[in-house]
Amino acid sequence: MSDKEALFSKKNIGLLTNPLNSDNPITVQVLGICSALAVTAQLKPAIVMAISVTAVLAFANVIISLLRNTIPNRIRIIVQLVVIAALVILVDQVLKAFVYDVSKQLSVFVGLIITNCILMGRLEAFALGNKPWPSLLDGIGNGAGYGMILVIIGFFRELLGSGSLFGYKLIPESWYIANGGFYSNNGMMILPPMALITVGVIIWVQRSKNRKLIED
Amino acid sequence: MENLINIFVKSIFIENMVFAYFLGMCSYLAVSKSVKTATGLGAAVIFVLAITLPVDYLLENYVLKEGALSWLGAQFADVDLSFLSFIMFIAVIASMVQLVEMIVEKFAPVLYTQLGIFLPLIAVNCAILGGSLFMQQKAFNNIAEATTYGLGSGIGWFLAIVGIAAIREKIKYSQIPAPLRGLGITFIVTGLMGLAFMGFMGIKL
Repeated sequence: MSDKEALFSKKNIGLLTNPLNSDNPITVQVLGICSALAVTAQLKPAIVMAISVTAVLAFANVIISLLRNTIPNRIRIIVQLVVIAALVILVDQVLKAFVYDVSKQLSVFVGLIITNCILMGRLEAFALGNKPWPSLLDGIGNGAGYGMILVIIGFFRELLGSGSLFGYKLIPESWYIANGGFYSNNGMMILPPMALITVGVIIWVQRSKNRKLIED
Repeated sequence: MENLINIFVKSIFIENMVFAYFLGMCSYLAVSKSVKTATGLGAAVIFVLAITLPVDYLLENYVLKEGALSWLGAQFADVDLSFLSFIMFIAVIASMVQLVEMIVEKFAPVLYTQLGIFLPLIAVNCAILGGSLFMQQKAFNNIAEATTYGLGSGIGWFLAIVGIAAIREKIKYSQIPAPLRGLGITFIVTGLMGLAFMGFMGIKL
């Protein structure tokens, strides 16, 4: 890599956009599934979670990338865990201070960002071998790819499961069977197993559009 | 005693780590290609959960919780260190995993070679940290309850990973639409298993 590479060269843009589709952290790299499924029954916690993970990932990538030549190889996992844990504590305190109700809803899953494999995976695979600026882009890109899937799952689960988006009712009250209409919410969409099936369907759609990703 | 059995059964079936909370999904998906390796990893998870939960319980109740430090003297009675719990728990887990690794290597070399790389990887399995955080949230009364919860969650995780590994071994011979092969069908099967486990939900203990 030449020293005079432009800030937004083709390669750097690729770092930002690849994770959105062909290198998506959830559907292709299979990282960070746990939290993706647990917080998506509604759209609002899904978005808060996506922003938190993106922030932690971007900063952790930059910090580890700055330290990459000074961390002894044998203790790198512990160093990474400490950096991530410190950032997650910051995010947790900020969430508690500004969006307390969402923070209550996310419960243990904010803490579980520490063991979210997206973080360890990207730090190991990218930040340890690259300069801070590409690492920042990689962090933001992967965070966005993760967030995109979260928002898609959250959108369908909240719309079909509760008939609302961001807590606002979209389905008119008069449509419901209780009011003499024909419609009723699919309560199954709010249950945990439907999140898994939704992800399965998203993977199905993505892979039939992008045949390179099919496993044999 | 009744209380302990209650917690035990509940943590295995009703609040199953994988199907109800999606914890430890990453290794659940990555290591479930054969029943043999899945059994090894599952056993290691049971072991580590059953050891770290009591340690984290002591840490939570005698160091971190508000007023937990009062045994040191009256002036510490209103110290609240609970914001440190993430970093303390992950440190305990990482060191416990290291310790377990050394003990197993010394006293059961056969098991050690069988588990191989999975043992150190447990440190970043979210089921372990999740167990500790749920333990903190549930505020158990004594250490026996915390240990039982750890053991039960571990067994629940073990059942889930061995089950999916067995299904994946069989499903290799089925005709699945090409884009669903591998990851996609695993997700959907896990969802169906989760729906089956929801049948336990109505049970009152």
